[in-house]
Amino acid sequence: MTASEVTTQTRSTPEIPAKAPSGRPRKRPNRARVLLYVALSGIALIILLPLVWIVLTSFKTDFNAINAPINPIPNPFTTQAYQTLASGQQPIFLWFLNSLAAALLQSAIILVTASLGAYALARLEFRGKKIVFGAIVTTLLVPPVIFLIPNYLIVQNLGWLDTIWAITIPGAASAFGIFFLRQFFVGLPQEIEEAARLDGAGDFRIFWQMVLPLARPALATLAVLSFLNNWNDFLWPIYVLLSPEHETLQPGLAVLQGAYATHFSIVMAGAIIASIPVLILFTIAQRQIVESVASSGVKG
Amino acid sequence: MANIVQPTLPAAGARARGRAGVQRRTGTAYLFLAPFLILFCVFVVAPAIYGLWISLHTWNPLLPLQPWVGLKNYIDLFTPGSLTSGDFWQSVGNTGIFTVASVPLLLVIPLVIAVLLNQKIRGGTVFRAIFFAPYVLGVAVIGVIWRYLLDPQLGVVNHVLGALGLPSNIPWTVDVPWAWISLVGVTVWWTLGFNTVILLAGLKGINVDLYDAAAMDGAGAFRKFWSVTLPGLRPVMTFVTTVTILASANMFGQSYLLTKGGPGHATRTAVMYIADEGLSQNQMGAAAAMSYVLFAILAVISIINFRLQRERS
Repeated sequence: MTASEVTTQTRSTPEIPAKAPSGRPRKRPNRARVLLYVALSGIALIILLPLVWIVLTSFKTDFNAINAPINPIPNPFTTQAYQTLASGQQPIFLWFLNSLAAALLQSAIILVTASLGAYALARLEFRGKKIVFGAIVTTLLVPPVIFLIPNYLIVQNLGWLDTIWAITIPGAASAFGIFFLRQFFVGLPQEIEEAARLDGAGDFRIFWQMVLPLARPALATLAVLSFLNNWNDFLWPIYVLLSPEHETLQPGLAVLQGAYATHFSIVMAGAIIASIPVLILFTIAQRQIVESVASSGVKG
Repeated sequence: MANIVQPTLPAAGARARGRAGVQRRTGTAYLFLAPFLILFCVFVVAPAIYGLWISLHTWNPLLPLQPWVGLKNYIDLFTPGSLTSGDFWQSVGNTGIFTVASVPLLLVIPLVIAVLLNQKIRGGTVFRAIFFAPYVLGVAVIGVIWRYLLDPQLGVVNHVLGALGLPSNIPWTVDVPWAWISLVGVTVWWTLGFNTVILLAGLKGINVDLYDAAAMDGAGAFRKFWSVTLPGLRPVMTFVTTVTILASANMFGQSYLLTKGGPGHATRTAVMYIADEGLSQNQMGAAAAMSYVLFAILAVISIINFRLQRERS
């Protein structure tokens, strides 16, 4: 409203409409389309603004973060918060390495166990197939909280409390990987096996030399999703990791929040460090991540 | 908690059976399945049964004996005035408040956004990626950043409200109902992209001919949405509703970080209480019993949900 008034008042020549894309019938953007873009941009702002604000806050001085929260621009711009974290009481870079090791290890375990299992469920006929499959399906509808207490005791009995095993092995028993890969394996043409069998290849060779190479995109997507899932895990590591040097980043953020309370620039710097690998993965594999989520409801 | 993807249910009997030349290879199949099945039995099947066993005892790992008490832990939960029943049902009620407040928003807002994204627009995938982005961040990151943004004294939100001449002393994280508004709002902000992406895929799966047919019958935009879009979206909507209810019912991290379950225990959720009772207070028998009661409640709700969705179709 005001913008158009300003335009008509200050400019003598009317705005020349932007060049229409060549080869298309020229169409003036109607009001509904403009509104559509305004609405979508508005939502995008609501999503992005808090994140941008956090990044900027992490580069503020502690004093500015507390006393001038409404000014988004860090003035002076400083990496003081990151330095405090690096030299502080909390071993945040150790947590980073712990998180990285756990997420990589669990992804690797899931890739191996799920691809082998999914191959059997998708490509082999065997006794008890329906029962095994049914059991795995059923667990998807069970709320994870019922495993909390007993798995804690199982992990304790295995001597795994406060070790990387506690945060990698039990979670690798998730049914998701098997489902995800099974769906992909089912779709591969039957001729692969038939030709290989005629050449005398065994099941494992078919799996290893024929099926797995074809499944590379699916395996990569599963690896990314498993990594994200483990990296972001929060409840379970709070209780099974005990010593500060074995902590991972997500529960570590709760520790930072307790330790630095209102020193917000420091806590925000921690949140950013905890988000970097995830955001890198999302940037690289955005399409695969979003597509795999998108298809989950449609195929279901 | 933050499952990146909810698994799809398998298409039953998708594979043709009895194909010529397909032999049973039971031994080989179980060799392939063995690594997964070992993990599955030890960390899924065994704890499901072990948890029931624990719930029938007064199970405190710090004491030398874990005496059998039969159904006492369950009976206590249903006995007003017992040690656990008040706190437990308050926490279940809190989870209920959160679920009832967040699920409708997490269905309607993503549906509206999905409809917007389904128009012929440029940059659709960019918008989709932006809306989805917060979801890849962990609940811990979401919790600490919003704990800062919503801080009643030092937070940006109140300062911005103040600058706009609005009340700037809203107790976002320390008083109800504001704490609920914060928890629900943050959760919607965090996960709306997940539901949007699934619903958008559902919209794209609706046959375009149906819209053309409706247009020939003189249907307007609203009528088309009501008679073509919504019915076409029903299976996907059922899936999204189920997934969202389950995720809301398992809420833990947001309360843990934003409100610490407060004020008092007003925003302490069921999962938060069970984890605290079992793993911090060492009342494992009682906590295991609670987790099964919660499971039973969720099972009933899921069945009702499925029935309702089926009746409508």
